[in-house]
Amino acid sequence: MINKIWGFFIVVGIIFCLCTEKVDILNNEILECTKSSLDMIIKIFPVMALWLGIMNIAKVSGLLNKFSKLLSPLLRKLFPEIPEGHESFSFIASNIVANMFGLGNAATPFGLKAMKSLQEINKNKTVASRSMITFLVLNTSGVTIIPTTIISLRMMYGSKNPTEIVVACILATLFSTVGGLMMDRFLARKRG
Amino acid sequence: MLSTISSLVIPLLVLLVVLYGIIKKVNIYDVFVDGSTESFDLVLTMFPCLLGMIFGVNIFLKSGVLDFIFKLLEPFFSYVKVPIEIFPMMIMRPISGSSSLAILNNIYEGFGPDSFIGRLASVIQGSTDTTFYILTLYFGSIGIKKIRYALWSGLFADILGIIAAVFLVNLMF
Repeated sequence: MINKIWGFFIVVGIIFCLCTEKVDILNNEILECTKSSLDMIIKIFPVMALWLGIMNIAKVSGLLNKFSKLLSPLLRKLFPEIPEGHESFSFIASNIVANMFGLGNAATPFGLKAMKSLQEINKNKTVASRSMITFLVLNTSGVTIIPTTIISLRMMYGSKNPTEIVVACILATLFSTVGGLMMDRFLARKRG
Repeated sequence: MLSTISSLVIPLLVLLVVLYGIIKKVNIYDVFVDGSTESFDLVLTMFPCLLGMIFGVNIFLKSGVLDFIFKLLEPFFSYVKVPIEIFPMMIMRPISGSSSLAILNNIYEGFGPDSFIGRLASVIQGSTDTTFYILTLYFGSIGIKKIRYALWSGLFADILGIIAAVFLVNLMF
């Protein structure tokens, strides 16, 4: 699927550029993308190193476990395939909490750790398991309660009430998360 | 109020983790360094996924195909009374986080954060996430080749979020 989309982006993009005589932009972009991806990695790397370190303290001290027990009634319903007490629950729980507070940068390393531990119990290592897809839907629907970035941007542009959109954000997120999970269940049953 | 809470989240979280570690007599510094070391592996597996995705997405975006599509769709948008300026945001949100953030900035600058379109853009940005980014990064990092129905579930959640945002902003403001 990703293969097809990636191919579609490149083929359509290049052909459209050729038709509209924007070859300069194209050449520039092909060179630029290497730089911008390196910039991105350089930005993410130290943040990830920091949060993985902090998370390891929480893991070794048992805090992470305690915390995932709190969320476990809900998580067990969402992820029936994960065996009880498996460590992926605690990574999933910390990813969800980081997302709730709008800490996208902290959520990514937790999410990657969660995927890694879900891969351990995955039967076919090249095919996505049902739990992985459910976890992915939770992430793409963006379970944000406090959209930190947006509030600060609104402040920057002189909004009279920067936080007025929070309730609407929470409701829209709720709607998309519940809907996304229902669709996920439906497709999981249909495709087996 | 809310912004004070959100600025306190990170410091309090770090304080909680470190304090709990001290109470449980963990060698916190050693454990921190151990955990942090893992980031090297993660970054190395992430980089090819990121590079590939930025390459594909940027060629597509800079080619101007989308501007062309927006022009075609303009009549439909004026029919359902949704400002056309929001459309790039709707399309870009699942594809690229940094571009949709740039569009959000443009909308705030051009229309103001308290305008209808400013509020709508805020709610769309706040209630959805970058599906393609998460998909390629999360699956790429563990070597999953067949993603099955993941894209459809993820995009469905995005579309629901956008529809909900349009309704809610119309209703609440």
